[in-house]
Amino acid sequence: MLWDALSLQLGYNATLVAIGATLLGVSAGVTGTFLFLRKRALVSDAISHATLPGVCLAFMALVAFGGDGRNLIGLLAGSAISAWIGLLCMNWLTRRTRLAEDAAIGAVLSVFFGFGIVLLTVIQTMGVGRQAGLEGFLLGSTAGMLWADALIIAIGGAATLVLVMIIRRPMTMVAFDPEYAAARGLPVHRIDLAMMGLVMAVTVVGLKIVGLILIVALLIIPPVTARFWTDRSDRVVLLAGLTGGLAGYLGAALSASAPNLPTGPIIVLVSFGFFALSLLFAPVRGVLAAVLQHLKFQRRVHIRQGLLALAQGQKIYEPLTLRLLKRAGLARADGVATEAGKARAAKALRDEKRWEFVRADQAHEATAALYDGLRDIETVLTRDQIAEIDRLIGGPQEIRP
Amino acid sequence: MMLELAADQGVSIADSNLDDSPLAIRGLTVSYGQKPAVFSVDMTVQPGGMTAIIGPNGAGKSTLLKAALGILSPLSGQVTVYGKPLEQQRARIAYVPQRASVDWDFPTRVIDVALMGLSRQLGLLGRIRVRHMSRAMDCLNRVGMRDFADRQIGQLSGGQQQRVFLARALAQEADLYLLDEPFAGVDAATEKAIIAVLKSLKEAGKTVVVVHHDLATVTDYFDHVFLINTRKVAEGTVAEAFTAETLQSAYGGRLATAQIDQISRALG
Repeated sequence: MLWDALSLQLGYNATLVAIGATLLGVSAGVTGTFLFLRKRALVSDAISHATLPGVCLAFMALVAFGGDGRNLIGLLAGSAISAWIGLLCMNWLTRRTRLAEDAAIGAVLSVFFGFGIVLLTVIQTMGVGRQAGLEGFLLGSTAGMLWADALIIAIGGAATLVLVMIIRRPMTMVAFDPEYAAARGLPVHRIDLAMMGLVMAVTVVGLKIVGLILIVALLIIPPVTARFWTDRSDRVVLLAGLTGGLAGYLGAALSASAPNLPTGPIIVLVSFGFFALSLLFAPVRGVLAAVLQHLKFQRRVHIRQGLLALAQGQKIYEPLTLRLLKRAGLARADGVATEAGKARAAKALRDEKRWEFVRADQAHEATAALYDGLRDIETVLTRDQIAEIDRLIGGPQEIRP
Repeated sequence: MMLELAADQGVSIADSNLDDSPLAIRGLTVSYGQKPAVFSVDMTVQPGGMTAIIGPNGAGKSTLLKAALGILSPLSGQVTVYGKPLEQQRARIAYVPQRASVDWDFPTRVIDVALMGLSRQLGLLGRIRVRHMSRAMDCLNRVGMRDFADRQIGQLSGGQQQRVFLARALAQEADLYLLDEPFAGVDAATEKAIIAVLKSLKEAGKTVVVVHHDLATVTDYFDHVFLINTRKVAEGTVAEAFTAETLQSAYGGRLATAQIDQISRALG
C-alpha cells in the first residue's frame, strides 16, 4: 500500500496531492531559509494566521455576487490581501512604535486570527456556508483536490522559487549584515518586505494542503534541519529545499496509504523526523557528534598531560590519565613510563617547544590558529618547516658515543 | 569656548574646496527619540588623508558615520560625497561596520564575505568567475587572511573577523573608506595589519575616515582629527585640532589631567 503510494499508483487524487505537496515543500523550504537566516522565523506564523479573515471575506463576496464560494483562486486572492495587510501592520508596529517585533507578531497573529474565526462562525450560520468547507483551510484538506487546484499550487510554488533565486544574493547580504547592505545602497526595508511577501505567497499556496496553522512548520523546520549539515548559506538553501520536498512527498504518500490520515500534519511530522535525525546524528553540529567529540577531546587532553608529566618526571595523580596511558601501553600500572611511553613523552615535549615557536611567529598565523595543545605538529607543517624550526630553537643534537 | 573653536575650524575649512570633498556633512542632526545623538554637525573630510573621529563614549561618533552613509535617517542635514548626493556615489564608498554588529554563527565562509564586496560586479544572477575569486583572494591576502578562505567565520578570532571585514571593503575598490572602531578589542598583530593596509590606501590616494577611541595612537596613525561630543568640538589637522584644549572641552571631566598632560607633551 505504502509502496503504491510512493510510486504514485494510488489513484488520481493521491498523485495530485503528492506532486503538489512536493512542490510546496521545496518552495517553502527554500523561502523559509531566508526568513530563518534573517532571524524572523516567527513572522511567518503571524502572516499565516492573518490569511483567515481574507479567506472568509472572499467567500462572502463570492457568494454575494452569485459566484461559487469555493473558487480557489478567489479564496487565495482574499487570503493574500489580508495577509499582506497583516504584514504591513506588523512592519508598521515594529518600525514606528516602541513595540518590539515579538509583541507585534503576537498582536497581529491573535487579532487577525480572532477576527477570522468570528467571520468563520458567521459563515457557518449562513445557509450556503455549511458546505463551503472553509475550516479545511485551518489544517488543510486534500480530499477532493482538483487538477486546477494542483495547477495553482504548482504555478505558485514555481513562481516563488524563481523569485527567491533572483533576489537570493541581496537577501543573504541583508540577513548577514543589514548595516553593510544599507551602506552599499541596498533598499534593506524593501528587500525584507519582498522576502516576507514571498513567505506570504508560499503560505497562500500551501493553505489547501497543510493549512494556515501548520504552514509555519514547512517554512522553518527544513532550514533548521539543513543548518545541521553545512556551514554555507547556499547549501542551507539547497538542502532545505531538498528535505522540504522530500517531506512533502513522503508525507503525502504516507497519508494516502491508509484511510483517514490527514495530509498536512503527516507532512509536518515527516519533516520533524528529518529534523530529529539531524539533531541527533549530524556530523559536527549534531548532539551525538558533540558528545563524542567531547569525550575524545577529554581523552586526548588526559593522554597529552600524562605524557608531558612523564617527560618531566612528574608523578601522575589523576586515575583516568593513568588508566588511559596504561591502556595505550605508554605506562605501567605504577605510573612508570614504558619504552614506547618514553619516546612519545619526549616527542610531546619537543612538540610543545615547536608550537611555542610557531605561535610566537606572525608568519605562521594560520597554523597557530589551529593550536589546541594536542595536535601533532607534523599534521600542520611540512617536514622541511619542522626541520627549520628545530634548527632555530636548537635542542637535542645527535648523541655521539 | 566649544562654539568658538567649532566656528574657527568651520570657517578655515569652508574656504578650501568644499564642493569636491570626499565627504561633506552640513547641519546634520540625528536623534533617538527626543534626545539628539548628533546635533547640527558640519564636517568636511580632506581628500587623500586619514581622519580620526574621536570623542567620549556616547558622543555620537558611530551615529555620525551611520547617518553619513544613510544607514540612519537624520532629522535634518545634508551629505555630499565628492560633490554629489550620497545616492549617486554609493559605488565610491566602502564601509567597515563594527564587528559586534553581526552574528558570527551565520553559515558563511571567509571567502563568501569577501565576495560580498563584489556584489555590484556580480549583479543578481551573475556567476562567480575566476577573476572575482582571484580578486577576493587578493584582498584576503592583503589583510593576511588568505589561508583562512575556506573557514567558517565563527572559527575566527575577533581580530581575524575584523580583517575579513576590511577585505570585504577592499574588494569594492572604493575611493572613500569609512571604518567604525576597527581597532576595538583586536590583537596587536591585527592592529598592525589594519594600519598597514590603511596607510597603503592613503598612499594610493584614497581617503580614510576612522571612528577611533585610543587617544594614545592618534598622532601616530592620523593626519586629521574630528572631535565630537554630540556637537562638533574641533576639526583640522592633528596639530590644530588635537590639543589639550580641544580634548578638555570634548571630554570634560572624563579625561584625567595627567592623560591630557601626557598627550600635550607627546604633541610637543
